[in-house]
Amino acid sequence: MSKSKAEEYWRRNIRLIVILLVIWFLISYGAALIAPVLNNIVILGFPIGFWMASQGSLIGFVLLIYVYAKQMNKMDDEFHVSDTDVKLTKAEEKVKIRKN
Amino acid sequence: MAAISSGGDNSIFQSKLVRYYGMFTLGFLALTVIILLLEVSVGLPQQLIAGIYMVLTFGLYAVIGVATRTKALDEYYVAGRSVPAVFNGMATGADWMSAASFISMAGTLWGIGYDGMAYIMGWTGGYVLLALLFAPYIRKFGQYTIPDFVGARFGSNSARVVAAVMAIIVSFTYVTAQVVGVGLVMQRVLGLDYGVGVILGLGGVLFCSFLGGMKAVTWTQVAQYVILIVAYLVPPIFMSIQLMGNPIPQIAYGQALSEINRLENEQNIAKKYIVPFNEPLSNAGAIAAINQANGFFGTKLGTPAPVAIPSATAPELGDWRNTPWDFLALTFCLMAGTAGLPHILIRFYTVPSIKESRRSVFWSLFFIFLLYVTAPSYAALSRLTILKNVVGLGLVKDKAANGREVTSVVGSDGKPLAWVTKMSSIGLMSINDANTDGKLQFSELTINNDLIVLSTPEIAGLPYTISALVAAGGLAAALSTADGLLVVIASSIAHDIYFKTVNPKAKPTTRMNLGKGMIVVAASLTALLALPQLALVAQMVAWAFSLAASTLFPIVLLGIFWKRANFQGAMAGMVGGLIATLWYLVNNYLNPANNIMGLSHLSSGIFGMIANFTLMIIVSLLTAPPPIAIQEMVDQLRNPVGEMSEGGEMIHQH
Repeated sequence: MSKSKAEEYWRRNIRLIVILLVIWFLISYGAALIAPVLNNIVILGFPIGFWMASQGSLIGFVLLIYVYAKQMNKMDDEFHVSDTDVKLTKAEEKVKIRKN
Repeated sequence: MAAISSGGDNSIFQSKLVRYYGMFTLGFLALTVIILLLEVSVGLPQQLIAGIYMVLTFGLYAVIGVATRTKALDEYYVAGRSVPAVFNGMATGADWMSAASFISMAGTLWGIGYDGMAYIMGWTGGYVLLALLFAPYIRKFGQYTIPDFVGARFGSNSARVVAAVMAIIVSFTYVTAQVVGVGLVMQRVLGLDYGVGVILGLGGVLFCSFLGGMKAVTWTQVAQYVILIVAYLVPPIFMSIQLMGNPIPQIAYGQALSEINRLENEQNIAKKYIVPFNEPLSNAGAIAAINQANGFFGTKLGTPAPVAIPSATAPELGDWRNTPWDFLALTFCLMAGTAGLPHILIRFYTVPSIKESRRSVFWSLFFIFLLYVTAPSYAALSRLTILKNVVGLGLVKDKAANGREVTSVVGSDGKPLAWVTKMSSIGLMSINDANTDGKLQFSELTINNDLIVLSTPEIAGLPYTISALVAAGGLAAALSTADGLLVVIASSIAHDIYFKTVNPKAKPTTRMNLGKGMIVVAASLTALLALPQLALVAQMVAWAFSLAASTLFPIVLLGIFWKRANFQGAMAGMVGGLIATLWYLVNNYLNPANNIMGLSHLSSGIFGMIANFTLMIIVSLLTAPPPIAIQEMVDQLRNPVGEMSEGGEMIHQH
């Protein structure tokens, strides 16, 4: 990767991280802050404040990581950073370890 | 198992793995059904059932350990970097879910309701930080340990040694708690002596990690994940069918929450299950721990005067209930601690590529999620059982099998409930008829947290096979975590301290033998520490998260994301973070009147994190930027393509 391309890659990576972390913050800490209010809403027996802490935020966490892995792996392809490149690195690494 | 060691063709390797572990899962389920049917139809004796589960699971771990034993260093430390994402996810799940997750967590929720959700969110939300901020870069760095990263990034062996010492302290407290968990399961469910249980459990751990290092540990952990998740899901499904007529506990427990709320109002229980931020501050735990240690070691340490906040006699101490600060701080400490725990971080050295490392964190959290999303339903259904079926029953004196006379309750058949008598006689629960009306009120009942998961099958009247299954699951959870931790301790000493610092010319065989020796030493020390069953050990596990959050988390984070961070900043940050955390922790633990915004000692890591980040930034800016070679290394770290230059070569002696 050229220097400008590497910078572009890193900028987009940081942007994605920031967006996902904002969501991460809102569904965990944000929901906890207003949990006493949310608890007034009850769906299927669940007070929503309680549900967010016990299940809702967890579902969100799993989805956030899924989106990150999917987006970043797609971006790697876009920047022609494929798994084959990395496999080469791995083979070289193994040689190195033996030399040690 | 030969396929596991060779890199080979990835898809053939994967489909083989899927076949092996798929067959194993089906076999395990079939075995449970067969034993269950045999128990119900011909009355298979309990000892035999327990024996079958023990011999088969331990036998399986031993077989995997022997089949994957290795002499190659990269297999010993990082499983040859050939573990596919899904399987690394399962192994990470088992590595992560310890005796605390499996045995104690649902019990804690049972007791404190909403406030316990700090553990549920903290121990899962930390994986978001791990996925976004750490995993791909750790994989790209591609060495063996986390101190490796610290040492290379900050170009210093002293930073490496400090990080290694932190890794050892954190891992050691954690592994001790696992071994205590093993002893408890063996004692309570299988009826073995606690000490024998500890020795047997450690034997199982040693067998695996000693022979095959990370490689054997990884493939054993995959099997252990299957066992622990099956064991955790079965009891709540039964309870959910019994109580709510719905086989999906994660959904059915909504109704259970409404019922709990109604019953709590009816029974005038002041502390409501679903109401957030309800925990008082107290030093009862510290006093109990000190008294116990005095009794065991014959020491005469003074105990602090009891303090509880809010206090009726000392209203000037304030009332921090109904403020969210402690809950939020604890959740954050648990998240950052999760992301900074060395035995989890090193799991991302074991996958074949950066893309796989990203997928692998997803699978890790997915497999962890299955247990964590079930725990609140486990807790709520147990709470409902007690409120609905046990509270309000008449009290009666009963003589237990061990000869002790205890207060029990009268069941619907007019006889004392057997499980209440048994649990009371071994000190796991107690009933104190405070208002002497001869009936059980909720406030008159004290239950040990660990009892909820281990004894639920018995309380719900399920066959013994389910109890034995839960025991096997609890053992799998504790053993798998202990395995991973022992590898971290061994590699911190043999790799980071000996090879990288003391004797860089050490031969691979010497390093391997030293690593194996360290595993045995660490395991023996663990046994010594686990045998007295100190309450302090459980406390130390909760503190381990604050320690990891305030020392390792900030320096790894800034090491990747802030090029300007240098050696001086990292050292100041780690040491300052450690001191700030310990200072708040000790002061608050002994006297909760020493608090800032009502934070308990469990959240002390938040102060360490603030100190670490602040010191690291200020000291780095006041001193020279890191050398060009290191700045280039950070660039390489951020770029998923190309090779890292050898981190170890850039080390300047400090």
